[in-house]
Amino acid sequence: MHDQAAPVTLKATDLRRRFGDREVVQGVNLELRRGEVLGLLGPNGAGKSTTLRMLTGNLAVEHGRIEICGVDLRTNPIKAKSNVGYLPEPPPLYKDWNVDDYLVLCAKIRRIEKTKLSSAIKRVIELCQLASVRKQLIGTLSRGYQQRVGIAQAIIHEPEVLILDEPTVGLDPNQIRDIRSLIRDIGNLHSVILSTHILQEIDAVCDKVEIMHWGKLVYSGSLGQVTSAQPNPVLVVGFRRPPTLDDIAAIPGVTSVNTLSETLFQINFTAGADPTSAVISAATNKDWDLFQITPAKTSLEDLFIQLTQRGQTP
Amino acid sequence: MIFTLAFKELRSLFSSPLIWAIFALLQLSFAYLFLSRLEAFLNVQYQLNQIAHAPGVTELVIAPTFGSAAIIMLMVTPLLTMRSFADERARHTLALLLSAPISMTEIVVGKFLGLLTLLFLIIVVVTGTTLALLSGGPLDLGLILSNVIGLALLCVSYAALGIYISSLTNQPASAAMASTVVLLGLWLMGLSNADSGNILNQISLVKHYDTFSQGLINSSDVIFLVTFTITFLLLTIHRFHRERLYV
Repeated sequence: MHDQAAPVTLKATDLRRRFGDREVVQGVNLELRRGEVLGLLGPNGAGKSTTLRMLTGNLAVEHGRIEICGVDLRTNPIKAKSNVGYLPEPPPLYKDWNVDDYLVLCAKIRRIEKTKLSSAIKRVIELCQLASVRKQLIGTLSRGYQQRVGIAQAIIHEPEVLILDEPTVGLDPNQIRDIRSLIRDIGNLHSVILSTHILQEIDAVCDKVEIMHWGKLVYSGSLGQVTSAQPNPVLVVGFRRPPTLDDIAAIPGVTSVNTLSETLFQINFTAGADPTSAVISAATNKDWDLFQITPAKTSLEDLFIQLTQRGQTP
Repeated sequence: MIFTLAFKELRSLFSSPLIWAIFALLQLSFAYLFLSRLEAFLNVQYQLNQIAHAPGVTELVIAPTFGSAAIIMLMVTPLLTMRSFADERARHTLALLLSAPISMTEIVVGKFLGLLTLLFLIIVVVTGTTLALLSGGPLDLGLILSNVIGLALLCVSYAALGIYISSLTNQPASAAMASTVVLLGLWLMGLSNADSGNILNQISLVKHYDTFSQGLINSSDVIFLVTFTITFLLLTIHRFHRERLYV
């Protein structure tokens, strides 16, 4: 799916950070290649924002190392930061400035050359569809437009790594769709990390997902792997003339059966031994009148719940 | 880069109505102080003419006006500096500066220069008001220059302290209160002790201004005020490095 030869744009090794006695980030490793969109998923307070703040140089790393396009963030912060765009939550907007002036400021502090200033601004205004509000004060814009201005400031210097902290929070469904497609577009050329606790967002835009819980990465892999990472494969079947549980359990490959309702059953089976056709032939032979058979895939949601509900303390 | 940030700071300052109100009130109070001293001078001018080597209008009107300006600025500067970092924190805009490829020193110095531009503008206005007396006769321009330099250095030190205190909090109002209290304290220390060798006198900012108002540019006073300024700017930079580490 991904070109493994694509250059690594961000590499974080064994990041740790404590606030007081509480270790908020406990040994996080991340690697991102050009063209990848990584979703950092986790419940509130999992340490997502802290991790992102460290990756952008807003917060010192207690232990570990961050490299952006091969440049160490600690020893050469200015060079490393010039390849990063960051949209924190809430977005860092000067509410009493107008959009144009704000973007000019952002372009300047990102050290964009004077000659390229206006073309850079024109580009982000088009990308983020801000043309109609250029002269408005940011404070008077709606939440969705403010978020877009926030994204515009993060991509104005065409960073190799774009880091977005909950980019779609507080937006209406249309705006969410627009912003997701924008992130997807940017993700094709650069690398993007976005944090969220919205699962659909990951489904919609990400190639890779890392689930974070209590400061640790508890799952990492591509979205394709999520579905196959299912520990207990499940089939949901419905019979109008239901047999006894033992009859169903006798089908080869089936490990156990649960009753969901009078006619619906959940069949658990060992991974690899898919009993679907066996169930169908048994049902026709014994006239159970099969009316439903669905493989219950583990969705990202199940995985997320499984990984993050294990106890409320670390 | 520093100038971009200084300009940004100046722009933010002028976008707040508070600054314009402060400007208007400052101008009003300077003009009032100046005119009332001028009137007092005109009342005693006849007697002064009888004395040989009597103090002139520069000593009796202009220098005291600058002296009052030094005290007024002591209360006004905290209002100008209070927002510099506290407001960025409160509005969560600090992340924009911290994640940009600029150093902490550039951020602090940029903000400081923006504020200085504003302060120098105020000093220009005060100086301009007093120079209006040139239309009535000759002035001791050397004495005025020493007063201007003294007031400028004093305001610069106020601003450095104010910026540092603003970097400690996320509430502009508390930053203003704290800076005012500290500056008042530093002033009162100088008032309470007549003995000039006293340590309290040594660290009082306004005391170091006194020599300037007498027309004396004393290198030790210049060094003190400049060191004071640099110290607080370094503390501000240090504060942000620490914040990245511990907060």
